[in-house]
Amino acid sequence: MILHLSRRFLEFILTLFGITLLSFFIIHLAPGKPTDILTELNPKITPEARERLEKYYGLDKPIIIQYLLWAKRIIKLDFGESFSTDHRPVWEKIRERIPVTVSINLVSMLLVFLLAIPIGVASATRQNSFFDKATTVGVFLGFSMPAFWLALLMIMLFGVYLHWLPISGIKSLNYSALSFPGKVIDISKHLFMIVFVTTIGGLAALSRYMRSSMLEVIRQDYITTARAKGLPERMVIYRHALRNALLPIITILGLSVPGLLGGSVILEKIFGIPGMGQLFFMSVMTRDYPVIMGLLTIGAILTLAGNMLADLCYAIADPRLRRQ
Amino acid sequence: MEGNSTSIVSTWQIFIKNRLALSGSILVIILFSLAILAPVIAPYDYDYIDRHHILEPPGREHLLGTDDLGRDVLSRMLYGARVSLAVGFVAVGIATIIGIVIGAIAGYYGGFLDRLNMRLVDIMLSIPGFFLILTVIAFIGPGIWNIMIIIGLTSWMGVARLVRAEFLSLKTREYVLAAKAIGASDFRIIFRHMLPNSLAPVIVSAVLGIASAVLLESGLSFLGLGVQPPYPSWGNILTQGQANIEIAWWLSVFPGLAILITVLAYNLLGEGLRDALDPRLREGR
Repeated sequence: MILHLSRRFLEFILTLFGITLLSFFIIHLAPGKPTDILTELNPKITPEARERLEKYYGLDKPIIIQYLLWAKRIIKLDFGESFSTDHRPVWEKIRERIPVTVSINLVSMLLVFLLAIPIGVASATRQNSFFDKATTVGVFLGFSMPAFWLALLMIMLFGVYLHWLPISGIKSLNYSALSFPGKVIDISKHLFMIVFVTTIGGLAALSRYMRSSMLEVIRQDYITTARAKGLPERMVIYRHALRNALLPIITILGLSVPGLLGGSVILEKIFGIPGMGQLFFMSVMTRDYPVIMGLLTIGAILTLAGNMLADLCYAIADPRLRRQ
Repeated sequence: MEGNSTSIVSTWQIFIKNRLALSGSILVIILFSLAILAPVIAPYDYDYIDRHHILEPPGREHLLGTDDLGRDVLSRMLYGARVSLAVGFVAVGIATIIGIVIGAIAGYYGGFLDRLNMRLVDIMLSIPGFFLILTVIAFIGPGIWNIMIIIGLTSWMGVARLVRAEFLSLKTREYVLAAKAIGASDFRIIFRHMLPNSLAPVIVSAVLGIASAVLLESGLSFLGLGVQPPYPSWGNILTQGQANIEIAWWLSVFPGLAILITVLAYNLLGEGLRDALDPRLREGR
C-alpha cells in the first residue's frame, strides 16, 4: 500500500513537472512579448527602455533559466507578482476570485448530483418508457446546447422581457444598504442565471451516465437473485442496485472536484461575474505570464489531486478493492 | 471477405433502423448542402450593407432580420455554416491523425514508448483544455486556421487512448503474428493490418469530436478570438446579439439555434454509429 501510494506520488510530481514545463514553453515561445503591450502604446519608447523592461521582468534570460527560476519559486509556493501595472502578488489576485467561482460551482454541482441520480435511476428502471425517451431527448439537447447561447436566452427572458433578474454583476448598487437577508437575496438573484446554465450541462452528462450505470447493474445476476427471493422491487432497486450503480458516480465526483475552482470564461464574461474565468481571460489578453502560469498550475494540481481522490474514494467504496 | 460484407450490411441495417442516427445524418447532409450552396442561395452577400434597414426584425425583405450594420442575418448565417463545418472537419482530422499515430506507437511497441506516450496523454488531459486553447489563440492571434490547428492539437488524447487499447488487444491476434512472421514491416502491419481493424471506435469518437469542435469554435468566435469580422461565423453574430440583446432578439436566437442543431446532428450521428458499430452495446440501449 505504501509502495503504491509513493509510486502514485512520484507519478504526480513527474506529471506536474511535465505540465508546467509544457505550459511554460507554450506561453513563452508564442510570438510577441508582454512588454509589447506596454511599449507599443508608447511611441516614444527607446530600444534601451524596452530592454530595461524585459530585464526587469526577467524575459532577457534563456527560456530554460526562466523556467527553472519560476519552478524554484513555485516549490516555495510563491507564484510571483503580476506583470500588470498593479504588480500585486499572483496568489492574492487569484485568492480574491475564488469565493464567487467556487460558490457558483458548488451550488450547481450539488444540484447536478441531487437531480441527475434520481433522473438516471428513473429512466433506467423504466427503460423505453415515455419518461425515458423524454429524458434521452433532453440529454441530447443539453449536450448540444451552447452554454453561452442558453445564457443569452436567459438574459433575454428574465432580464429584458420579464425584468425579474439583474443581467450582470454580483451585487446591486445599493447592496451595502441592504439587510442581511436582503443581501443574500440580492446575490442569489445575480447568480441565479449562471448557476442555472452551469447546472444544465452537468445534468445532461451525469444523468446519462447514471442511467447506463444503472442499466448495467440491473442486468447482473445478483439482481435477478434478489428478485427471485421475493424482495419488493423498491428494495431491489434502492438497496441492491443503486448502491452498486453509484460506484462509477463516485469516480465522477472525485474528478469534478478540481472543476469547482475553474470558472467558465465565457459565462463569467457574459454575466459580468468577477471570478476565476474572468481573471484568466484578462491575464491572457494582457499577457500576464505569472498569473496565467499560476492559474494553469493550480488547475493542473487540482486535476491530478482529483484523479487520486477518485481512485481513493473508489477503493474505499468498493469492498473488492478494499481488501487488496 | 464475405463475412466482411455481411457485417457492413448488418451495420447499415441497424444504422437505418436507428431513427436518431438517421435524423442526425439527414441533418448533417442538409447543413453541408446549405454551406456549400451558400453563395447561390443566400439572398444577399454576407457583407452587403443595407443602410436603410439597420437592426430590422425578421420580415419579408430580410427573412431573419438585419444586424447593427444593416447586413442580412440569414445570408451571414449561411456563410457562417461554412466556418462551423470546416472547423469541425479540419480540427478533428488533425486530432484523429495525431491520436492514431501516438496511440498506435504506444500500443504496438509497448514498453518505454508506451509509457512515454501515455504520460504525454495524462499531461495534456491535466491541463485545463479551454484555458490552454484560449492562451495559445490569444498569443498567436485569432483566425480560422489557428483555431482549427489549436483545437486539433489539444483534442487528440481520447483517440490515442482508444487506438492504444485496440492495438493492445490486436497485437497478439494470429493474423498480426502471421504478418510479422512473413517479415512485414512495422509500418505495414500497423497501417494495413491493425489500423483498419481498430477504426470503428475511432470513427465514433471523431464524429462526436466534430460536435465539440463546433461548440468550441462558436465559443471562441463569440469571445472575439475566432473568425474575424466582417467574415461571419455563428459565434461572432452572437457577439452582436449580446451587444444588442435589449433590442434585437433575432441576432441572438437564430445563430444559437443553428449551433444547437449542428451539434445535435453530429451527436445523434455519433451515438447512432456507436450503436451500429459496437455490437456489445446493442442490447444495452
